[in-house]
Amino acid sequence: MVGQKNLKADKDDLILVFGKGCLHAISGIDGEVLWRKDFASESIEVSHIIQSPEVIYVAGFVGSSKFYVYEVNAKSGELLKNNHVALPFATSGESLSVSGDKFVVLDDVRSKIVTIDINNGNINYNQKQVSDLIKDSSGQAVILPSKLPGLFALKINSQVLLIKVTNEGELVALDQIDNTAAFSNALSISEDQHVFAFVQYEDNKIQLSVKDVNDWNGALLKENLVIDHQRGNIEKIFINNYVRTDRSHGFRALMVMEDHSLLLVQQGEIVWSREDGLASVVDVTTSELPVEKEGVSVAKVEQNLFEWLKGHVLKLKGTLMIASAEEKIAIQKLRLRSSEKSKMTRDHNGFRKLLIVLTRAGKVFALHTGDGRIVWSTTLHALRKSEDCEHPVGLNIYQWQVPHHHALDENPSLLVIGRCGPSVTAPTVISFLDAYTGKELNSLSLAHTVARVIPLPYTDSTEQRLHLIIDVNKHAYLYPRTPEAIEILKREFSNIYWYSVETDNGVIRGHALKSNCIHEIVDEYCFVFRDLWSIVFPSESEKIIATVTRKSNEVVHTQAKVMTDHDVMYKYISKNILFVANAAPKASGEIGTATPEEATLVIYIIDTVTGRILHRMTHHGCQGPVHAVFSENWVVYHYFNLRAHRHEMSVIEVYDQSRADNKDIWKFVLGKHNLTSPISSYYRPEISAKSQSYFFTHSVKAIEVTSTAKGITSKQLLIGTIGDQVLALDKRFLDPRRTLNPSQAEKEEGIIPLTDSLPIISQSYITHSLKVEGLRGIVTVPAKLESTSLVFAYGVDLFFTQIAPSRTYDSLTEDFSYALLLLTIVALVAALFVTYVLSERKDLEEKWR
Amino acid sequence: MDKGKGVMGSSGRRWAVDFSDNSTSRDFIDPPGFSRASLDQDDSTLSRQKKDAESNWKSQKAWEVAQAPFKNLLMMGFMMWMAGNTVHLFSIGITFSALWQPISALQSVGKMFEPYKDAKVELLGPKLVFIALNLGGMLLGVWKLNSLGLLPTHTSDWVSSLAPAQEVEYSGGGLNFR
Repeated sequence: MVGQKNLKADKDDLILVFGKGCLHAISGIDGEVLWRKDFASESIEVSHIIQSPEVIYVAGFVGSSKFYVYEVNAKSGELLKNNHVALPFATSGESLSVSGDKFVVLDDVRSKIVTIDINNGNINYNQKQVSDLIKDSSGQAVILPSKLPGLFALKINSQVLLIKVTNEGELVALDQIDNTAAFSNALSISEDQHVFAFVQYEDNKIQLSVKDVNDWNGALLKENLVIDHQRGNIEKIFINNYVRTDRSHGFRALMVMEDHSLLLVQQGEIVWSREDGLASVVDVTTSELPVEKEGVSVAKVEQNLFEWLKGHVLKLKGTLMIASAEEKIAIQKLRLRSSEKSKMTRDHNGFRKLLIVLTRAGKVFALHTGDGRIVWSTTLHALRKSEDCEHPVGLNIYQWQVPHHHALDENPSLLVIGRCGPSVTAPTVISFLDAYTGKELNSLSLAHTVARVIPLPYTDSTEQRLHLIIDVNKHAYLYPRTPEAIEILKREFSNIYWYSVETDNGVIRGHALKSNCIHEIVDEYCFVFRDLWSIVFPSESEKIIATVTRKSNEVVHTQAKVMTDHDVMYKYISKNILFVANAAPKASGEIGTATPEEATLVIYIIDTVTGRILHRMTHHGCQGPVHAVFSENWVVYHYFNLRAHRHEMSVIEVYDQSRADNKDIWKFVLGKHNLTSPISSYYRPEISAKSQSYFFTHSVKAIEVTSTAKGITSKQLLIGTIGDQVLALDKRFLDPRRTLNPSQAEKEEGIIPLTDSLPIISQSYITHSLKVEGLRGIVTVPAKLESTSLVFAYGVDLFFTQIAPSRTYDSLTEDFSYALLLLTIVALVAALFVTYVLSERKDLEEKWR
Repeated sequence: MDKGKGVMGSSGRRWAVDFSDNSTSRDFIDPPGFSRASLDQDDSTLSRQKKDAESNWKSQKAWEVAQAPFKNLLMMGFMMWMAGNTVHLFSIGITFSALWQPISALQSVGKMFEPYKDAKVELLGPKLVFIALNLGGMLLGVWKLNSLGLLPTHTSDWVSSLAPAQEVEYSGGGLNFR
């Protein structure tokens, strides 16, 4: 979108807005759209709009070699003239506007600079070889997108050439700057003075220079500063000026770094910096903190003894409500400082953890759950911009090694997957990080691509988790590359399956490991698959829009669901089930583009080992986007009902009918049942599914479910709403057993009477009044305390809290008075003693009587 | 039972002086006015009568003791009815005391009937009744426990503690990275 404003401060200011191939003229007075001109049919790639009081020039390329200029009446939007010129060669890259009506662009081999001049709708062009301007023109030339009046910057290798475009359209090389990192746009500081800034690398330092556009010799500002090399290169620079007390101009520069952090530089110093890379979190994992080492030094205790006493006296005063206002503030401060929350050790309840986040820029941050501070951050060496790796992106982060046996002397480590470009075939790098220090332990540039990573449920003797990395050619590579890992994999060889979802052609395929790859050299860590099954959805009526599976680390407490009459339903708890939502191709676009008759939503629950469809359901007149969450034996999904014009949420619960005849108590008393013996998907258990749908007011950005350590606590759904808030909704509201009039027994069990829509209770927003701007995902992690689940929501903002879906039934509240409890116990013991003595005495008296 | 308290109405027969005891091996002299001879005179008839009366009294008392739990049973039943069938502190307290009392009583059956031990008194009958009544009380307690839903008599009580079965296969995958 291109927005331009008339510079003349006229009352009839016209605001031109270009978007989606259409130019709109909006009145600057009341915001009314005065006229619009559609360019979508002209197939023109509009790049420039030049506004003058009478006419507006709309210029752009059609294809890569035809340059078009449309002349539009500024008052009416009427097309006045249309002119074009066909260049004898193709162009490459964006064209840059140099001054009012002149543009520069490079040709497709990047050896010529083309200057295009629109003079009253007439198009002239000149061309000049790059080699005429610079001696060494061997590298790829790029026009930098900095807007400088009458100038443009051309980058070749690490050099930048500043070229002036004269009024006649001639190109004159002005200056050549070495080791340049970034160029700013021109800044007008007075009527005729335009300045710009650029940064250069000098050994370990960075030199920031501000120069006048018309005066090359003197620099207005030259500052050296040192920037942490973790932040990478400088990507962009913006300047801003201020007037010093001596009426000279001072400048401050905002730098955007490679890791997406921001720095404000003024007077050679970094005034502030922000880790804005955290706004683009792509994946999250957690790590336990180090175990607290035994043996705190005595000196430390003694030093703190007085403080400790004082603190307790203050706290006592606080509890007895005799503390003064200052003392109350002191108590608050004390609480904050001495709070256990921000300690760097593992706590008993498991509330303190490290949240390890991977950002799009390939930087890894460890955040402390207690106060959200950054414990460490690392820019992965392998994910730095370089010749081989032009657009590095972070993809995923996994727990690689979680030591339990040697938790005291071994640190957990992480696996980070990154790629050098947006396409699947781009080269991939994997990196191993220490979770406590952020040190990069090892990094590998892989010879193969990465299409998918499957963490296997097996660990080797050093507790490293086995991972299968699958490339685009459907070869699987085993990591870690050790003989022991091969041994473990060989043992479980026939039990490892893999499924692939191909959204483009609507196929889901199941695969099993077959044998080692057959390359020129035998790679024993590489495996090929054989196809087991495939589900082909009819492409004319169904298109895969969402798939969801259970979290691999979810813990389920029990396989039985007890009904009101003490009857038992057996949950179908399998990790190998996949929820697939298919929409009609016509209705797979945005809401409102399809009629209810065209739209259907088909839901499948598929066993991914055998390819068996366990359940299929059709929602007529419904369409995506579908957001779903799978947990235990149920799936909850959110979609749009076109007929009712409302969003809906549905729940499906899957039960295992083949176990239902396990009813004889004596079998259980004697232990003669097979409910805990290992099961296989090939037994083909009989499945029954229960389902119910409800209306839901909000559209949804993400759905997650709470997870607890043992899976006993009841679940809550965490719904990231369109308003960027997180709503906690009890799973009880999405229970297919809800009826209009539940019996007394059902009510006692906690079944809520059926209503057509799900209630939104404002108190159950776990974000309270806060907003998680641009919410993209929610992650839940179990705490050690069974009742509590840790919730991390990320978007542009980050949000962390801990929630207890069934209240904290397993711990005393923070304001529980231990003193009172202690006092009661002491009083009781005293009373016991006194009454004992009294009764003895009375007994004696009785005997004497 | 607690010391100093009576057992089911037969209050405190902890010790007794047998005045009919006329053994001569005494190491203290008789109190003044006490004539041992007069005792000896009608010893044969008097003592028999007395012994009969005492054994009658003993067996009567033993039956009383044996029937004592019955009253207790009635009271327990009433209290259970009052407590209702919901699990809370009161109902649990009553149920467990209903279970505990018969057990402790059964443990001390022998002790309970000790004072009435006599060659002529048949104690088997009272003992059996006592045991039966206490067992009845215990059954009442168990029945209450069941009606509170605290006995594992349903499949659900056994299944809930079973861990989910392990799966043989492992399947992973999904959409490719974008």
